[in-house]
Amino acid sequence: MELRSTNQSIFRYIDWTTVIIYAILVLAGVVSIYAASYDFDHANIFSFDEFSGKQIRWIGLSFIIGLILLLIDSRMYETYAYPIYTGLLLLLIVTIFIAPDIKGSRSWLVIGPMSLQPAEFAKFATALALAKLFSSYNFTLKGKPSNLFKSILIIIIPICLILAQKETGSALVYLSLFFVLYREGMSGLILFAALCAITFFVIAVKFSETIILGMPSGEFAVFIMIMVIMIGMIAIYAKQPDLAKNIFLWYAGTGIIVLILSLCSIKIPAIAYFIIVISIACIYSLLVSLRSQINKIIITVIFACASIGFLFSVNYVFQEVLQEHQQNRILVALGIKEDLRGAGYNVNQSKIAIGSGGFIGKGFLNGTQTKLKYVPEQHTDFIFCTIGEEHGFIGSAIILFLFLALILRIISIAERQPSAFGRVYAYCVASYLIFHLVINIGMVIGLCPVIGIPLPFFSYGGSSLWGFTILIFILLRIDAGRRGHITF
Amino acid sequence: MRKDYNLEKRKYIIGGFIILITLIYIVRLFDLQVCDSKYKEYADSNAFLRKTQYPSRGLMYDRNGELVVFNQPAYDVMMIPRDIQAFDTLDLCATLNITREQFDKRIYEMKHSSGYSSYTPQKFITHLSAQDYGRLQEKLYRFPGFFIQKRILRQYNHLAAANVLGNIREVSEKDIENDDYYVSGDYCGDLGVERSYEQYLRGIKGEEILIRDAHGRIQGKYEDGIYDIAPISGKNLTLSLDIELQKYAEQLMVNKIGAVVAIEPETGEILAMVSSPTYDPTILVGRQRGNNYSNLINNKYRPLYDRALKAAYPPGSTFKPGQGLILLQEGIVNLSTPYPCHGGFVSGGLKVGCHGHESPITLKPALRTSCNAYFCWGLKNLIDNRQSKYGSHANAFEVWKNHLVSLGFGYKLGVDLPGESRGFIPNAKFYDKIYGEGRWSANTIISIAIGQGEVLATPLQIANLCTSIANRGWFITPHVVKAIQDTIMPSDLLEKRYPTIEPKYFEEVAEGMRMAVTGGTCRLANLDSIEVCGKTGTAQNPHGRDHSAFMGFAPYRNPKIAVCVYVENAGFGATYGVPIGSLIIEKYLTGKISPDRKHIEQRMLESNTIIYSGVKKH
Repeated sequence: MELRSTNQSIFRYIDWTTVIIYAILVLAGVVSIYAASYDFDHANIFSFDEFSGKQIRWIGLSFIIGLILLLIDSRMYETYAYPIYTGLLLLLIVTIFIAPDIKGSRSWLVIGPMSLQPAEFAKFATALALAKLFSSYNFTLKGKPSNLFKSILIIIIPICLILAQKETGSALVYLSLFFVLYREGMSGLILFAALCAITFFVIAVKFSETIILGMPSGEFAVFIMIMVIMIGMIAIYAKQPDLAKNIFLWYAGTGIIVLILSLCSIKIPAIAYFIIVISIACIYSLLVSLRSQINKIIITVIFACASIGFLFSVNYVFQEVLQEHQQNRILVALGIKEDLRGAGYNVNQSKIAIGSGGFIGKGFLNGTQTKLKYVPEQHTDFIFCTIGEEHGFIGSAIILFLFLALILRIISIAERQPSAFGRVYAYCVASYLIFHLVINIGMVIGLCPVIGIPLPFFSYGGSSLWGFTILIFILLRIDAGRRGHITF
Repeated sequence: MRKDYNLEKRKYIIGGFIILITLIYIVRLFDLQVCDSKYKEYADSNAFLRKTQYPSRGLMYDRNGELVVFNQPAYDVMMIPRDIQAFDTLDLCATLNITREQFDKRIYEMKHSSGYSSYTPQKFITHLSAQDYGRLQEKLYRFPGFFIQKRILRQYNHLAAANVLGNIREVSEKDIENDDYYVSGDYCGDLGVERSYEQYLRGIKGEEILIRDAHGRIQGKYEDGIYDIAPISGKNLTLSLDIELQKYAEQLMVNKIGAVVAIEPETGEILAMVSSPTYDPTILVGRQRGNNYSNLINNKYRPLYDRALKAAYPPGSTFKPGQGLILLQEGIVNLSTPYPCHGGFVSGGLKVGCHGHESPITLKPALRTSCNAYFCWGLKNLIDNRQSKYGSHANAFEVWKNHLVSLGFGYKLGVDLPGESRGFIPNAKFYDKIYGEGRWSANTIISIAIGQGEVLATPLQIANLCTSIANRGWFITPHVVKAIQDTIMPSDLLEKRYPTIEPKYFEEVAEGMRMAVTGGTCRLANLDSIEVCGKTGTAQNPHGRDHSAFMGFAPYRNPKIAVCVYVENAGFGATYGVPIGSLIIEKYLTGKISPDRKHIEQRMLESNTIIYSGVKKH
């Protein structure tokens, strides 16, 4: 009797919206896998010999896992967060040594008929550990560098271990947890700096062919952006409109003079102009900050100097640090290089498959591109091609919106959590989903470099499905738990 | 339980970020899937292999149902450059029996030909032998991007009638431009019936749509083949030729330059059409075609030139029956009008020689003896008659010319073969231009009366004149195709055409031609069993010895065959024209040569007149 009322209350309190979206996505996923691996010779969605049949088995098991997770007391997760985290770190380490080499990566544990990727399960463990850290008494990131260090450490350890397994894509996923740190008080400047770095890098590399005033147009544009950001930061972030105005006039005035001189055939090297003008603006700002004691101006100056330094190192990093296939992937993703047989083949074929779908698609099982294995990894990383080709723009957009709805729902669940533990854990789930969605779909439609990570719920494979199922169902259990303590 | 509302605002940043990215992706998807159509085309070219199914080309039978031209399969090695992946070049070369240099040269030629595209099938090697085909077929999987295209080549049961049958060749860029049907590498008819009946023979191409995967492997038929189009075979043709007669006539013409045309008068169907020297049609089939073709082009006797319908010869005395018809029709002479002939036509210091016979002479004996003077006087009286109904020389000449045109001279007859010549019949303006208006008279142009001078006619036109006489006043446009499978023959090959001369006059001329055989110039054609009618021709020409000509039909009543024989530089019409013509008539009507004429046959088969064609030597 006691048990029965417990179950009833759990099912009354779990967030059904999330469950329904999860169920739709998982079922749409298995249908897509069936379509993607559909062969002319067989047509049985349930056949265990086929990907779709195997995936149905994985789905069945993940429902059971989900149910079990709902039945565990939510406080258990908080209590055992660190042991779980430690256990999975150990598993990751073990994996490095005992996993067989599959396509250069040592990330798969083969257990009887199953192959599992511990990296997928380390996600929920890391999320629990991070949530546990943030729920400790009086924990705050603001003004506590040691706390920030601890949280980054929790994130970095699995990244390093997974990199050691040569699963770069899976390792990068953990970087998404910086969203959580941001939500919990980490300075937005860090995210802003990361965003700027990515933008500068892309622009500098992408537009390195054309030349403006003796320098690559990409670098030229970056210098202009640095100037604009500097003015903007001083005006908005440091709240010094007068200083911003002066610097603006300085930049604009000198810029016009240089332009006029160049029209009169007096060539001033653009790079020299930028460095000199920005340096003078920085020195001037520093003098102002010394007088008015405003640290934010100093941060702005550091930002500007760091940006210039970053820009100069981009070329070095790109040419010397990155390996050729990595350079290629980036170049292809940026649309600079068109290598339809090499690195660009996957992306080009997936664009063809999606593009040929049209507005309403070719219809279920009618996709010629995916059916004929033009798209590599089409039942795993490139599963979205099948949706794009067979269900067109409508189908693709619906799937995207379902993911968006799920993420926004999880954010709203996060914000309604009474405890930091629940909130941080929920944000971790949302962050993983954001990263997977943005990178996977972005790569399939040719907007991001090809980083091999699966599309949650869709890509074939038990580890990814189970990994996300565990993430979501623990979240559901924690969320249900906030309505009062459900006990056994 | 602590809540920092300042930090909670950051959920909008995170939520806004994912909303923004989603919107960017939606826009990108819309652009890819809805705005940009190029991906759809890429997808089709990716996944569909549209394989042309070539129809079987129509067969050709002779008038007796004997198969003359049929098809044999040939195999072209095709490649789609874009689909080529690394392969063992030496292995391919060995399989195809070519050297590495030939391979490189072929690739170079292919890449520099105008129709080259890396996305469409390119012809790599043509006409693979059956063994090479078999070897390649087994290894084909090793050479991704290569495939074999089955083609149809022609094969011949009888090594004859090359000029009539024509052949097939690869289409030229111009052909592709002019006709959407063709794509690079297709074949089309060249010369002869292959050319003129191309539309019927070629059929309609089909298409098979196959799906292939990224490795170029064929996965099967698209939608189980419901979008495939089956090829429709070309129409079979029944030729009017009697292939045995054709072969016999060609044998008789061996070592001679000239032409033979035999027509069934009742239908206008050409029974045999020889242009000599001729060639073996099989040499223009297959990979050696190119070499052989240029050899034929460079051959000094021009075997590709179909003399039967392209060569315009002076008709000589074979023209006289036509003259007789015009003179009778115009009332210049009647059957008893006599003209003098004392060794020739003498008028105003002009003399056209003749040979010994009675004088004066009337029409029928004039045809019998081939009297030059008679026809000169006739033409002179037609043109120069001061009380004439015509008013002027020029008007009278135009009347003469119009009659000849109605008999099929001066313009193309409209035979169903390409390249027919119109011959030449001058009109009054032509002479006005040469001599000045009104400054010429019958004497000026008298040689045309006996088929010399400016008049020129093709052997086909001469045979057609003979047909009109055999029919006593009409002819049907001569043609070599008797029937097209499942198709109604064009009506212009079935309708009778009536010259502007009354049938009764044809009867008289026919009788004159009968007399020429029984007791005149064509006595060698006088067969025991068949009443043959004929007219010799001995045409002077600027190229050396006289051309030997003959036209005749048989039997006298209800004729079944009309023949024209024209042998260049062979001398008197009676020496070559008559024997060859009569042998053809005898062979066609009786199926054999009677023993007492075997020696004539033997002489004709063995004789060589090509040695007299002095000017033909280069």
